[in-house]
Amino acid sequence: MKWTRRHVLETDDWSRDEIETVLDQTHAMIEILQRPIRRAPPLRGRTVILFFAEASTRTRVSFELAAKALSADVTNITASGSSVEKGESLYDTVRTLEALGGDVVVMRHASSGAPYFVAERTHAAVINAGDGWHAHPTQGLLDAYTLRDALGDLDGKRVVIVGDVLHSRVARSDINTLIPLGARVTLSGPPTLIPTAWRCGQLPPGVTYESDLDRALDGADAVIALRLQRERQESGLLPSLREYSRVWGLAAERVARMRPGAPVMHPGPMNEGVEIDAAVAHGSRSLIEKQVTNGVAVRMALLYLLAGAPTPSGAPAPATSSEASA
Amino acid sequence: MSLDRRAFEAKGYLVVPGFIDLHAHLREPGFEDSETIATGALAALRGGFTTVCAMPNTEPAIDSPGLVAELIARGGAAGGARVLPIASITRGRKGRELSDLVELAAAGAVAFSDDGSPVDDPRLFRSALEYARVTGRPLIEHAQDLALSAKGVMHEGAVSARLGLPGMPAAAEETAVARDIALAKMTGGRLHLTHLSTAGSIELVRRAKAEGAPITCDVTPHHLAMTDDWVAGSRAFAWEVPDEALQAVPYDSSTKVNPPLRGHADVRALWAGVADGTVDAIATDHAPHASVKKDVEFDQAAFGISGLETALALVLGGVRVHWAPMGAVIDALTIGPARVLGIELVEDDWIAIDRDAEWLVTADELLSKGKNTPVLGRTVIGRVVHVSMAGEPKLGGRREGNAEAVGRR
Repeated sequence: MKWTRRHVLETDDWSRDEIETVLDQTHAMIEILQRPIRRAPPLRGRTVILFFAEASTRTRVSFELAAKALSADVTNITASGSSVEKGESLYDTVRTLEALGGDVVVMRHASSGAPYFVAERTHAAVINAGDGWHAHPTQGLLDAYTLRDALGDLDGKRVVIVGDVLHSRVARSDINTLIPLGARVTLSGPPTLIPTAWRCGQLPPGVTYESDLDRALDGADAVIALRLQRERQESGLLPSLREYSRVWGLAAERVARMRPGAPVMHPGPMNEGVEIDAAVAHGSRSLIEKQVTNGVAVRMALLYLLAGAPTPSGAPAPATSSEASA
Repeated sequence: MSLDRRAFEAKGYLVVPGFIDLHAHLREPGFEDSETIATGALAALRGGFTTVCAMPNTEPAIDSPGLVAELIARGGAAGGARVLPIASITRGRKGRELSDLVELAAAGAVAFSDDGSPVDDPRLFRSALEYARVTGRPLIEHAQDLALSAKGVMHEGAVSARLGLPGMPAAAEETAVARDIALAKMTGGRLHLTHLSTAGSIELVRRAKAEGAPITCDVTPHHLAMTDDWVAGSRAFAWEVPDEALQAVPYDSSTKVNPPLRGHADVRALWAGVADGTVDAIATDHAPHASVKKDVEFDQAAFGISGLETALALVLGGVRVHWAPMGAVIDALTIGPARVLGIELVEDDWIAIDRDAEWLVTADELLSKGKNTPVLGRTVIGRVVHVSMAGEPKLGGRREGNAEAVGRR
């Protein structure tokens, strides 16, 4: 299909076709990453600005590698040492980004919705690298890619997401990406960490809630454990991390309730011994390292679709940002 | 009575008493970049309000007789709507000690409120209610449990779950309403609950009134017209079918308001309250903000909607679909708020309304300095075409539909 999106803010309004286009493109990028020299030319002359207003190493490095593998110029605006830390407003930062003239702005921000604010006010293509509790679409896409790679077609497959769904942009993006691909999602976790509306029947289509993790895992096709922030206990949302680990932690005997070989994933960074046992995290079902590798490829695919120049070899030319609409 | 009025009626306009707004933030002194008494009082007139009560969350807060007198003087000089000062319940609105309530009432404060913050300490609120019996002035309370609503930036529900924004549950309002009602019953002090936004709050007030408790309440035009879907970008009024063509960008901070825009069932309950008289008044909670307070991330933005000039058009929408009769809505904008304050309607304050005038809400159209309303860019129906105060025409017929004006541009 012809790519028409200018930004990647969240996949909640994406069609199955669009998501599959990204996943297919990702497959092609994996091939580039397996070459002896991991570099291709399509973003030569393009500038990718990594604007990280919230601490992140893994995602930032993943985007940086992706942009460089496509020969883009990469520049960083991070929270520490930049004017963001000095209290410069997001509005001012956008004007600066605009003046710098980047082709793509990859942004991470603590406020849900901040990428929409930026996308409204810039000519660059905006990729959301995580905004508050809202979304982390490249994580959703890389999880979908990793699952499709492991399970084949996701139609009718049931994926369990366990943990702090309330504060998790990963959970939201996983739901918004997996459901259009035909998967079903079962959420599990403490009642205080699941949005109230979702526990009270107003769930997104294709999603269910099962507080009992053992029941949730019975016959499941995959499980994604979410990171548990330790401050949830201090803020009164959890009795103790110990209890959490016993009731909602991914232990080996729990994982065995799933279908044989059903994979285990985690967006990282992990609290081993809290939401996931070390034996599971590093066991044969774990796709956690593969997620990291696939993350680079998914980000390459998106950068290519948003800003890639037509290649001389006659490969299909992706749409440029100017002719695309949001 | 006057020939004037009859002339307007003959043209098909609805002629009614001037509206009274129990709840507006005129921002002066202290926040003149957001609004001044002059611009606010003029915006009030444009909206059909000939009387507007100014909330005391200014800098400094209106907590001394001298400040009340100053506000009355500035209001009188402004040449717009009559400005009635509300004084703070507690000194500096800090919620620790009572303001000098008897002296403030003597200086002309028409009511007391710490609006923006509830009086969190129930013992202090009890004392204020005891004093309300002596002053004869109502306490206008912003009912909200701060612990339950902490960090919330929108209504807690399916939309906040989807958008990943911290929610303020309906219960944060309802537990505070229940507390306030219990204290009002115990003390007999006049309690007015402002900007109620949930079905549960309306039901609590309905029952308390049935028991004869000394309680009144108001709701705002925006809570009557909009739902939490507006935060996700919908621009369809509660009585309209959701429309893709009316979709705006999500997380627009103009939809951020406290109490937050609620769910559809809450909106219907507010209308039921207007229809059956549980709701005494429609008050704007006009909360203008300079763009620097709103042109930021959603969770960082100030709460509030600029509402004086669009109030009538918003509530007429519900009347058109028969969610409440016209009479009940006009009462809630006129005699209702007058009764809350214990004042008479001014006989020579009247306005003429063109119920069918369609107009496009634009920043240029609004006289208020606050352009922070999510109806910017929407066409609304219903407009005040004439305002007369004490027999003097205040706002002439130039303000009808602006569809042509837009076409010219």
